[in-house]
Amino acid sequence: MSTRLHRRIAVVAALSSVCLGLAACGSGSGTKGGSADGKVTITVDCPPLKTDNGGKSLANWNSDVKAFEAANPNITIKTVSVGAQCDNPPDFTARLQGGTQTDVFYGYMTDLNQVLDADGAEDITQYITKDTVPGWDSISDNIKNPFIENGHVYGIGYAGYTMGLVYNKTLFAQAGLDPTKPPTTWQDVATAAQKIAALGNGVVGYEDYSAGNTGGWHFTAELYSRGGADVSTDGKSATVNSPEAQAVLGNLHDMRFNGNSMGVKQLLGWPDLLTNAGAGKVGMFIGAPDTITAIVTQFKGQYSDWMMGPMPGDGGPAKGTLGGGSGYFFKKGASADQIKAGLKWITFEDLTPGQGQFNYALQKASGLPVGLPEPEIWKPGTAEAQKDNDLKKANTNLDLDAFANYVANPVPVVTEPANAQAIYAILDGVMSATLTDPNANITKLLNDANNKIQNTVINAGS
Amino acid sequence: MTDLAVLPPVADVAPRAARSRHGAMRRKLFDNLTGHAFLIGAVVCFGFFSWYPMVREFIMSFQQTHRGVTTWVGWKNYENVWHDAAFVQAWKNTLYFTVLALVVGYALPFFIAVLLNEFRHARGYLRFLVYLPVMLPPASGLFLFKYAYDPSDAGIFNYILKTLHLPTSEWVQSQAMTMPSLVIASTWLNMGGTILIYLASLQNIPGELYEAGELDGAGIWRQIWHVTIPQTRLILSLMFLLQVVATMQLFVEPLILANGDGNQGSATSVVYLMYQRAFYEHDLNGAAALGGMLLIVLLVFSAVYTRLAPKQETD
Repeated sequence: MSTRLHRRIAVVAALSSVCLGLAACGSGSGTKGGSADGKVTITVDCPPLKTDNGGKSLANWNSDVKAFEAANPNITIKTVSVGAQCDNPPDFTARLQGGTQTDVFYGYMTDLNQVLDADGAEDITQYITKDTVPGWDSISDNIKNPFIENGHVYGIGYAGYTMGLVYNKTLFAQAGLDPTKPPTTWQDVATAAQKIAALGNGVVGYEDYSAGNTGGWHFTAELYSRGGADVSTDGKSATVNSPEAQAVLGNLHDMRFNGNSMGVKQLLGWPDLLTNAGAGKVGMFIGAPDTITAIVTQFKGQYSDWMMGPMPGDGGPAKGTLGGGSGYFFKKGASADQIKAGLKWITFEDLTPGQGQFNYALQKASGLPVGLPEPEIWKPGTAEAQKDNDLKKANTNLDLDAFANYVANPVPVVTEPANAQAIYAILDGVMSATLTDPNANITKLLNDANNKIQNTVINAGS
Repeated sequence: MTDLAVLPPVADVAPRAARSRHGAMRRKLFDNLTGHAFLIGAVVCFGFFSWYPMVREFIMSFQQTHRGVTTWVGWKNYENVWHDAAFVQAWKNTLYFTVLALVVGYALPFFIAVLLNEFRHARGYLRFLVYLPVMLPPASGLFLFKYAYDPSDAGIFNYILKTLHLPTSEWVQSQAMTMPSLVIASTWLNMGGTILIYLASLQNIPGELYEAGELDGAGIWRQIWHVTIPQTRLILSLMFLLQVVATMQLFVEPLILANGDGNQGSATSVVYLMYQRAFYEHDLNGAAALGGMLLIVLLVFSAVYTRLAPKQETD
């Protein structure tokens, strides 16, 4: 064969290998993990962002990894950062469908269904023992159950939240309201919102979402607070045309157009409201404690401005509050050794008071906030709950009074409905109409939404 | 007179000719091997990253996956998306955007190009100026518009309107103004490229045609109508096709300016509905069915249009 021909074959081979190399880019970020000498490697995603708290949170994660590897010389943890994608559901779905999730991968409580449909997670039931997860029995059912189907465990919940009323105490004081006595009913919220909005200068008394599925999410939370629900308990009927739903929208419409306390700008999505809150322009909104963290770490707000009260109810305490959270799944195909190593890591980092996410002494020393009423994962009265509370109190650098009302008035937790996002997309329209149309026909809006949920979500999925 | 004696016997001609053709082909193949090698790379990559996903999408649109088990379901996904609460509105919105974008975004760049073509000074500077928005990442440009469209007096558009004692607007927040607002932003962001293409085409028009028009007493509008438009009709025709195909795939404008659906679905486009189904409702098969519908609509439109559109005249 001539040299020219050799060269040409080499060109073809080189180009083919480039293409094959490109194709191989999508072959996943999991590892095979095991080796003959008993050493095991696992990839874990969603460490703190390097921009969170000036990089201090990530530094603490990295030091935890080192400490864990030193204590478990046979296990190597490879952290895989996917940036801000961890909190962007479409990115999670893309990784899951592409099979590029890590061996131990982060997901929301509402993700179990899509993870199982994509055949993306291992059944880890047999690996959960007193040795691998010593605190298993002390974890709240609210945290565990969203990762369990028909008695099979597919993930470990490690963070939970419940919604309450988040409010700006500086604006409260300026409006002549007592920040230590937050509104506990929706009627009180409307009155307070009007006083706060009267401050002018672009200040909004009460702000709410109506776009990007977050409108439907908050509508649902407010509906739970009045004892209503999006769907019946058996999941077979849509129930958003109820009197409770009418009351939710009636109250919002009244605040928006009669009280003029919700601002002109609507169609707000998640970052829009928090941007306004960070700028000190929002008096109240409903949210979990981590929204305050987001306001401070991502939207330039101050912890000292914010307090939390319990979820308001209709003329009295709320009948329910929306709860959610996140956990870790184990990638389909992970070996038994990798699953055991992953459970060990999660126990070390997320399920042991005084360590990892509960290492308040280290967080305080790093200048990170300590004292937020999150993550709420332990059953009340357990040794873990007691130890966690004691350590938090001993190390807090926040004003615990800011959350006292929220902590002292727990509200029954209600989880999100099945097919939550499809329902929220429909309810976004109801919220946007209520907050933008002075003549909105609330009864018609709710009847239409109810029919849509029944026909296009419940019946289509059955 | 032909010298038959020099011709080889007939029986001998065919195999030698075949051998010669075979040899020529072989030579040609080997001579172009490097070229083919480069082509193979591109074709394989194109096939893998462009054609394969399209074929896969069509296959997925007839399947459903539940608990890791994929089954063939016939037209069920198409039926499901057909009955989606937002399906009809998404198509209406998309068509409305396309028509509006044609009225504004198709004519405006052409007339700006004609205007720029008349300038004798600062031509390069003006071209740079009109092309500048194209260099802006679309997301950044749309975020600028998001602030400009603020329905309170803080929005720059409302501020200008108020200063001029004109009625203000709620822009994207108003159902009636959602699509016009998206078209204004989209046109501003994208017309620079179209203007440059039109300008290149305008500069190929022979000056004698305008001189003849002037001698015949044609004014500026008659010159545009009788010289400029006929001379650029192929480019105009091509840009029409490209613009319809691009605007029917409306996605990023509603996503950023209207947080997706807008006021009661006033911004929901077909592609946004696909995104919603795939990445929020986790129904990839339904999204594939919607994508298949859009692909067929655009294919049929393109095929009909290219048959009817003006062709390059050949001698």
